[in-house]
Amino acid sequence: MSDLLYSEIETDLRAGVRELLDDKAPWNDVLAGTERDEPLDAALWQSLTDMGVTALPVPEDRGGAGATWRETAVVAEEIGRAVAPVPFLTGAVLGVAALLAADDRELLESGRAAVLAVPFTTDPHAAFTPTVRAGDGTLTGAVTSVADGSAADVLLVPAADGLYAVEAADAARAPVVSLDMTRRLCDVTFDGVPARRVAEGDAALRTALLTGAAILASEQLGLAERCLESTVAYVKTRYQFGRPVGSYQALKHRLADLWTSVTQARAVARHAASCAATGDPDLPVAVAVAQAHCSAVAVRAAEECVQMHGGIGFTWEHPAHLYLKRAKSAALALGAPDRHRAALATLVDLPPAP
Amino acid sequence: MSTAPPDAAALRRRVEEFLAEHDPAAMEPLEFLRARFDAGLAWVHYPEGLGGLGAPRHLQPEVDRAFAGAGAPSNQPERNGIGLGMAAPTILAFGTEEQKRRFLRPLWTGEEVWCQLFSEPGAGSDLAALGTRAVRDGDHWIVNGQKVWTSMAHEARWAILVTRTDPDVPKHRGMTYFVCDMTAPGVEVRPLRQITGEAEFNEVFLTDVRVPDEHRLGEVGQGWRVSTATLMNERVAIGGQAVPREGGMIGVVAELWRERPELRTPGLHDEVLRLWVEAEAARLTGRRLRQQLTAGQPGPEGSAAKLAFADLNQRISGLELELLGEEGLRYDDWTMRRPAEVDFTRRSPGYRYLRAKGNSIEGGTSEILRNIIAERVLGLPGEIRVDKDVPWKDLPK
Repeated sequence: MSDLLYSEIETDLRAGVRELLDDKAPWNDVLAGTERDEPLDAALWQSLTDMGVTALPVPEDRGGAGATWRETAVVAEEIGRAVAPVPFLTGAVLGVAALLAADDRELLESGRAAVLAVPFTTDPHAAFTPTVRAGDGTLTGAVTSVADGSAADVLLVPAADGLYAVEAADAARAPVVSLDMTRRLCDVTFDGVPARRVAEGDAALRTALLTGAAILASEQLGLAERCLESTVAYVKTRYQFGRPVGSYQALKHRLADLWTSVTQARAVARHAASCAATGDPDLPVAVAVAQAHCSAVAVRAAEECVQMHGGIGFTWEHPAHLYLKRAKSAALALGAPDRHRAALATLVDLPPAP
Repeated sequence: MSTAPPDAAALRRRVEEFLAEHDPAAMEPLEFLRARFDAGLAWVHYPEGLGGLGAPRHLQPEVDRAFAGAGAPSNQPERNGIGLGMAAPTILAFGTEEQKRRFLRPLWTGEEVWCQLFSEPGAGSDLAALGTRAVRDGDHWIVNGQKVWTSMAHEARWAILVTRTDPDVPKHRGMTYFVCDMTAPGVEVRPLRQITGEAEFNEVFLTDVRVPDEHRLGEVGQGWRVSTATLMNERVAIGGQAVPREGGMIGVVAELWRERPELRTPGLHDEVLRLWVEAEAARLTGRRLRQQLTAGQPGPEGSAAKLAFADLNQRISGLELELLGEEGLRYDDWTMRRPAEVDFTRRSPGYRYLRAKGNSIEGGTSEILRNIIAERVLGLPGEIRVDKDVPWKDLPK
């Protein structure tokens, strides 16, 4: 039975990561970064790498920390709280999961950011149709909406016969003006780019997508929690009609409901991370439940955050919009809730209408 | 009591020794239960001499399993939920030594069933507004009033009772808590028929009932403090049991969906999947809550669990009727009955739909729970109170 609590080590890890993010990624810096050309905060990413949290589940003899996806999920919560503009989900989760499944020693040991070149909306439960052809050690084709593609050192590209690694700089990467500018997309074109096959078949891709969706739930949890906290703090101090707006039941009851949903999000996100960590056969169901639930909770938390802040929450100079954009993009990422519910129909035998 | 409380291994030994000396097959059930109580193996976290050994509370399930495995008789906790879950911890916390010795043993063995005389027609969510009067008469109190929503009143030997003893002070200050003899003259119990057709609950009319002062729990005027302790225990009791996936009402609907393809529509499919996800999320949340309790980190998530459970039950049971279509228009039986316990799965879908409506009212309405979460967990400002400093007798009623 999965352990849904946080260990002492995980609690310490969280404190360390939060301290770093509070120091190096305050929201006004994150906001300013969204208007710059650089697709990531490279200095922050380097600090996280130096801390060892970008290769947590990588065995020590492969240059990693020898931890598991459970600890990785705790870091993801903190990344979500800070809407940090670093390729954590894409590089330290999806990329690392693919390389671990492929057991690609060379790339794991290199510590370079390897990012999966698939549309960010890719459904981890459905069959994947490659849009890139492999031949003679090269790749040709195009992939749209690759998250953190511009921040990547290496792209991991699914083709019909397996997963290929290419130097990111060798591909043509066109930045996309993204809804979430803290995790930007790009459209990638491969025109006979030299490539090395790191895994045969689609098992590595499958594992990476499922693991990524499992850990994304923790990122969504962290974001939801931050939105709830900042909203609760705000409604205690905002006075209208001579009393704090947080004394009105119209707001109190919605916040109580949101808190209830966040406590549930914690349980399902921990279950999904735990299943990923132990290779539990329940992983596909755990992921479907976690994504269907946490996507909705994160979006609701961010939407309530905007609404309950009133006018200030609708302005550019308040962080609420950063959370809203991250939350809505994350809900569409790696299978929207509807896709995960559709997957459950098969996984738990609740077939559709004839 | 100089020895340290027993650990899991010591408890196991004690149970083995007890069973070696007391053969459940050879003893009268009541005799066995009394002996188990006297050995401190009834509720192990209670003090020695009162059915326990001062052991950690989380060791209780293993003790219960060991007794059940040996074929020991049950004290039928399902028949005495109010007694075990609410009256006992209140008596333990506020009772005199004599009250503890008199009441706890027959309560635990099930010889004496308990009920709760709290809610009144005019005091539901606002329990402290209650108006049942207790007036002192020498070493007795004379009680007059009406109580409602009393389950098991028709079988109970004793009740926990809250009364108004001083109407001239603000409501929270003028209350006193008693143990009431349900067989005393002037206690009249009438079934309260509910929307399902049956009567789980009762109305209890109290007319010149004489309650001895030695049956008072806590000081005169301290009734609100004692009641609050009782109600806290009610919420702990609602915390919930471990359930397998698809345990509870979602399992009923999932089975129906699988077995009756002709009932399926695309819109209902989406609803079934949404509720399945929510039920699984609620189940995992319950699991996490129990892990927190076992690890000694109790959190406020219990009130969230009750809120979510009520909402989920209502939506699932509503969906079941829609799914059934024409069959959903039929009901199994409107006959007035007095069920000993509530069982959602043994009755018809219509019953489930109607009974679930009570889930967001009983044991704290969902609206009150939201206030509690907002104020005690999130620290939001309390409601503006117009009744705080007004004597009870001057409150609008």
